[in-house]
This record gives sequence, C-alpha cells and structure tokens, in this order.
Amino acid sequence: MTGRPPPAAQAAPFRTRVGACWPGSRAVFRGADLHAELADLDWMALYVFGITGRRFAPAAVRLLHAIWVLTSYPDARLWNNRVAALAGSARSTSVLALSGAVAVTEAGIFGGGPGIRAIDFFRRAGVATAAGMPLRDFVGAELESRRIYGYGRPINILDERLPALQAKVAALGFDGGRHYRLAFEVERLLVEEHKPFLKMNYAAATAALAADLGFTPREYHLFNILKTLAGMPPCIMEATEQPAGTVFATPCAGVTYGGPPPRRWD
Amino acid sequence: MTAPIHTRIWREEAEPDNPFAARTAWCRGYDVFGEMLGRARWVEMLWLLFRSERPTPAAADLLETLALALANPGPRDASVHAAMCGGIGGATAAAALMAALAAGAGRCGGAREVHDAMAAWRECGEDIAAWAAFPARHRDDEIDVWPAMEHVPGFDPRGVSTPTPVKQLLAHLAAAGTPRLAWLQAQRPAMEAAVGLPLATTGVAAAALADLGFAPEEGEMLFLLLRLPGAAAHALEQRGHHYRDFPFPEVELTDDPARRTP
Repeated sequence: MTGRPPPAAQAAPFRTRVGACWPGSRAVFRGADLHAELADLDWMALYVFGITGRRFAPAAVRLLHAIWVLTSYPDARLWNNRVAALAGSARSTSVLALSGAVAVTEAGIFGGGPGIRAIDFFRRAGVATAAGMPLRDFVGAELESRRIYGYGRPINILDERLPALQAKVAALGFDGGRHYRLAFEVERLLVEEHKPFLKMNYAAATAALAADLGFTPREYHLFNILKTLAGMPPCIMEATEQPAGTVFATPCAGVTYGGPPPRRWD
Repeated sequence: MTAPIHTRIWREEAEPDNPFAARTAWCRGYDVFGEMLGRARWVEMLWLLFRSERPTPAAADLLETLALALANPGPRDASVHAAMCGGIGGATAAAALMAALAAGAGRCGGAREVHDAMAAWRECGEDIAAWAAFPARHRDDEIDVWPAMEHVPGFDPRGVSTPTPVKQLLAHLAAAGTPRLAWLQAQRPAMEAAVGLPLATTGVAAAALADLGFAPEEGEMLFLLLRLPGAAAHALEQRGHHYRDFPFPEVELTDDPARRTP
C-alpha cells in the first residue's frame, strides 16, 4: 500500500555502540573495558557515564551523590515509598517492592514529571536570556502557556532540603552556574511579581544544577528518577518485620463511597 | 485522623466481628457476590469498573471481541518478548507481567499509542488531513516523561500494507455499526494514503474504545490489561524451556576498545 519495500529485519548481528559482554572474556561499557579501565570508578560516575557517555569530574559526581542523598526519605507514607511498604507488608519480593516504587516515581506531580519539565524550562530560559531576552519576559511568557515546575510546595512552602543542598553546591564550587543562578532569579520574580508562595523547591534547584552539568532533559530524567531510591529499602525492610498485612491496613470504614446507591443487577 | 480513601466505584460493609473483612461488596451499587456472581459476564464487570453504568449487550459484545483480539500479541511483540525474558530467566510471575507492561506501554505499538490515537479521534474526528498533521501539531507540546510522538498514532511506522488480521478485526468490529469503526472501515484506504502508513491494531483498538465511550486514559489502561494474558502464557511457557532455546543474538560492538589502533 505504501509502496515501500519490506522493512529490514533488525540487523544481524545486533549492532550497538554502548557496550557488550563476552562471557568468559571481557565486558565493554561505553567504549571502555569495564574490568580493566573502570573497576575503580565510583558507581554514580559509572551511572551518569552510562546515561550521557560523558565522564564527570569528581566534584560533579559528589554533587550528584548529594542530590540523591538529601532527598532519600525513608518515610513510608510517601506515595512511592508506600508502594514499597505495602508490597513488603503483603510479603511480595523485595525487588518487586522496589521496582513498583521506582516506577510510580515517574509521576506527574512529583518525581519524574516535574523534574523533566524543570530542566527543560531552565535550558530554554538559559538559551533565551543568553540571546538577550529579559528573564522577566521569558517567565511571563511561560506562565501564559504552562506552569513553571519547581516552585511552590504543598504542606510547607519552605523546602528543608535546600539549605543543605546550597551548602554543598557552594562547597563544591557550583554556585556560579548559569542555570543555578537563574533558578534563584526566577524565584525572586515569581515571589515578588506573581505569588508569594512560589518559593523554589528541590526539583528546581536540582534540575538547574543538572542543566549546568550539561544534562539534557532525557538524560536528567534517568538520573533524577532514582534520587529517592535509598529511602525505599528501609521501608521494605521495616514492613517485612511487621506482622504480615498490617502496614497501612485499611478497615472497611476507611473507605468513603460516593457512587450510586444499591441497585438490582436483574 | 487520616483522610479516608474516596471512591465512586466500590463499597464494602464489614463483617460484625472484623472491620477488615468485607461482608458485602458493591460495584457501582451492584452486589458483586450476592447478585452479579453467576449472572454477570466478566466483560460486564470490567466495564462497570471503568464506567458508572453497566454496558448494553452490544457494547459488552464489542469489548469482549476486542479483548479476544488483544489477548495475545504473540511472541514477536515487544511486550510478550519482554515477559518471555522474565520467564526464561526464572523471574517471578509479577516481574514477567511488569516487563510486559513496561515494553507494551509505549508510543510505538503500545498503550500510549492507543491513548494518542484516542486523543486524535477527539481532536481530528473524521478530518483526514487533521489526522495526517496530528504529530506535527503536537511537536511543541510541553516535554513529558513519554518520548515525543514520531508517527501518526494508530498506524504502523514500519508497515508496508495493512496486515490481514488488522483488516479482519476492523471488519468484524465495524459490523457493529458504531460511528468511528464504521467510518474507519469505509475510509481506511484514504486514511492510509494521507498518513502514508498502514493501519495498525492500535488504531482499530483506539476506534473501538472511543466508540465505547472510553476516555484516552481509560483506553490506555484497558489496552495494557487486555494484552497481559498472552504475556503471562508465553512467560510461563519459556520458563519450561532451556535457555539455549531462547534467542541470544550475536553482537557487533561499534565502539570496541579491543579494535582501536593505539
């Protein structure tokens, strides 16, 4: 119908540039021999090398570690952690618990969604302001078409993670980054000229730092999605230590029904 | 006191001796164990979970026919292939299904493509030119966790002509006379010519689910659900096979340090 030739099957052999292993012989990771060249590499450095294909300086790797550490909350009430705890309580496997929890972190109002939108915003803001557009104009145009992610936070507008992050950023010498500075300027504009509760939160700060480190949005998404990971295993472990089926167990009265009243099927 | 769970779908009354055990359960007001058991079809229950009113017999038949067609995409499909990777390695049953959901969720042959096609029905209706331009109109949409749309949803970007099962499924479903399916059956050649791609199963499923009144996000969820039986069966089948009987292709590494000249 389309007049096109049949699509070629996946080339045989499978072609790849990112790596391969030859059991009994060697393994290659992004063009480097994993055992000979990368054996001493920090795991985070390996992870972001795998994502980006770029080697990051030790200070950058320490910053990326800090971004993960400072938001690893072992609080089983949090939605992603609650998945882990519920699975643990229901005596699922620990890896299913962890996988489910990570998967729901790719969410719309926390985790993955805001993160990828925030770094996209900062990269576009960086390009626009570098081309001479006043940041105020860019922010105003953005607000006309969409929300700016990374500003404002439910429950408490002050983000308790930011002081520790800011100290680490300054200590490691990343506080002069273009996007990081833009993040504070955007906060000032939002708070002073739009809504006072739109204080910067962790999503904005970390996305701006990642933009300064050269991450694209898709690259950042793969880094960002695991920044709450370390908080999950404690929730799983503790849930498995509790009597089975008791964590967040909900009585019938814990569900409020708002649908149709009882009616006959026939 | 924590807030309760709010739902318009499900109501339970507790047994007198245990607040955590349900004595009765109603789905949308219907007594599931007291009245629906033995009277309702599985597909009616499925419908009722997603919609506030029970289906007409014709709607239930259409959904059940679609469910049969989607039940097994076959071992060449990415979602079933992923499930089989779980099965051949002896992974847990849930892992195999999670693998199938992950690989079958996307914008190329997966549930997100059905979502997109249903959104296209809302946006384009029977305007063929609007369908052809649908991805281009969304090129500047806000970035999302989903990769950008690469082709008109519901059509096969690697297809050459419309596969026979797709035509058979469309013809069978269109016989029900619902508007989108009937229009698609009549206009398929024109649509394919405008889009430049043959219709795919995702496109037929999207038209059927839209005709049944489901929203794009409901259609996406149903497409994920309805394709799991085949993934489960193929994963279990592979679990009984020797790993040497499962393909492990040769590899050509284009950036190999062993081949670099010093």
